[in-house]
Amino acid sequence: MPGATAQTAARRASHVPVQPGVPLLSVQDLTIGIRGSAGRSVAIVEGVSFDVAPGQRMGIVGESGSGKSLTLRAIAGLLPKPVEVLSGRVEYGGADLLTMPAKKRRTLMGPEIAMIFQEPMTALNPVVRVGDQIAEGPRRHLGMSAKEAGELAVSMMARTGIPDPRRRARAYPHELSGGLRQRIMIAMAVSCGPRLLLCDEPTTALDVTVQLQVLRLLERLCSDTGTSLVFVTHDLAVINQTCSELAVMYAGHIVESGRVAEVFRQPRHPYTRGLLESAPDFDRPDRELIPIPGFPPNVADRPAGCPFAPRCGYVRDHCTEAMPPLAEVAPGRLSACYESDRLTEVLA
Amino acid sequence: MTTAAVATATRAMRRPARSRSLKAWYRNGTLVAGLVIVGLLVLVAVLAPLLTPYDPIKQDLQNSLLSPSADHWLGTDKYGRDVLTRLLYGARVDLRVGFLAVLIPFVIGSVLGALAGYFGGWFDTIVMRVVDVFFAFPFYVLVIVLVFVFGNGEKSIYLAIAAVSWVAYAKIMRGELLVAKKQDYVVAARLGGMSHGRILVKHIAPNVLSQALIYAMSDIVMDIMAIVTLGYLGLGIAPPTPEWGSMILDGQEFITTQWLQATIPGLAVVVTSLGLSLLGDGLSDLLSPERRK
Repeated sequence: MPGATAQTAARRASHVPVQPGVPLLSVQDLTIGIRGSAGRSVAIVEGVSFDVAPGQRMGIVGESGSGKSLTLRAIAGLLPKPVEVLSGRVEYGGADLLTMPAKKRRTLMGPEIAMIFQEPMTALNPVVRVGDQIAEGPRRHLGMSAKEAGELAVSMMARTGIPDPRRRARAYPHELSGGLRQRIMIAMAVSCGPRLLLCDEPTTALDVTVQLQVLRLLERLCSDTGTSLVFVTHDLAVINQTCSELAVMYAGHIVESGRVAEVFRQPRHPYTRGLLESAPDFDRPDRELIPIPGFPPNVADRPAGCPFAPRCGYVRDHCTEAMPPLAEVAPGRLSACYESDRLTEVLA
Repeated sequence: MTTAAVATATRAMRRPARSRSLKAWYRNGTLVAGLVIVGLLVLVAVLAPLLTPYDPIKQDLQNSLLSPSADHWLGTDKYGRDVLTRLLYGARVDLRVGFLAVLIPFVIGSVLGALAGYFGGWFDTIVMRVVDVFFAFPFYVLVIVLVFVFGNGEKSIYLAIAAVSWVAYAKIMRGELLVAKKQDYVVAARLGGMSHGRILVKHIAPNVLSQALIYAMSDIVMDIMAIVTLGYLGLGIAPPTPEWGSMILDGQEFITTQWLQATIPGLAVVVTSLGLSLLGDGLSDLLSPERRK
């Protein structure tokens, strides 16, 4: 639907100029936690930094409690009380989203930044027709009339692969299947032509077959329109299908990042390697799966040094003394491990 | 299958689910019974001047305290007024006051409760402490005191009932909002850059108002009971306006000779309450979120 896209782009008042070479989203030294009295704060996410260039698709992977969802929610301004950003910056096109007045921020949400939720079941209003839900954003942000926005909603639904969109636009969410509902969510999120799309495990609630369709759709939408993506999931296979860049989080830290293909081929952090070795691979069905021993540390008492040290097969004495910094180990590859030089084996 | 049957079946499949759930409303016996009773009462009240040749207020002392007859089906009261006529006109007053008295607290309570639940903070604290104060008094004690303060008459009944019963709506709506505002679709709307007002009106209200509506149905019953009680205590609508409560009060003197005069308006109250309660139950079946799916 190129006409609709051009229309959307023309309608959009450019709130934030984005220069070439400058990241669209820049998260700098972000620390999220619960503020306690007299400096006794508990940090859940510590010192997370990453950049997302225009058109780049960044996947953040980690297990439950690793802080990946909190990081995403901090970007969206949706941290659940009493959790808050303790320090750091989240810049969108050079402007800090965290210190921005709420009113200005609201003008960005929708036309610039949009989010897709995990549960398509609950993220749609049960008593509003889905077409009207999609049309609400364009009406509010792009100043469209009810009729124009309704037409846009139908074309967005067609674009997200919903059959018979004109009829489905009049349906209520409970009349649609999970896959269709997630497509509606996606149509809603992209209806104002955002430049950054935040996804919080958008396919976890779906069947595997539907999952693949939705992931392909997301990938296609983003590459067609040059939309940047931040995609949070615990599923490495999902990252492989949608993202170009990858950041691995463990116990509130980014422990490794780089291009997806390179990280998968040659992980440079023991945790990433553990994740890859413990996940089944369809191309090599007879490969032995190696589980990671132990459990992630409790948020309240993380070990002094590397949080992965107690479970790590490469551990040395200095690992437990101080947290290893996230350092460049190869061009475009960062790893937070003192022993990353010992991890040069190529998987696959 | 004939062509017509196929066409009907196709149409039925195409119809959205909402109308499917509304289509079943007449299968809900409670709701239908309530609708019939309340509908008849309203009809009778509206058509009262056509249904009876007598004036409800004009006295005819020569014909006072007559027993039921072909002219006066339910007899006459101590001022010679036709009891049936007063009963019908009384329905006008009692139903009107009951329905209107519900509106003000419904609006005030729902809005305050919704704002308190949605925004929380100091506003929530203040509203809920005021609610607690009102809740601490028994309903009738407070209503009677307030009617005393405001003086006799319809207006003071509205004021008293509004002042007392808004708290229930505030509590209901606050609870609903506390749940609703955490729903993903509300978060999603916030994230879509929608303003608080728009979210409250467009996204939350349609989801939560049904609970307040269901309560309002039972609240009308309470209000009519209150009006009748006030009338009986001589605090309600001033005579000679016909009203069931004052009719019971007047008929009470002659309970041994003309027992119908106190009993009939009492029965009218019972039937009205029954109809409204059935209507409220039926509506709650129809509107409850768990049944809507």
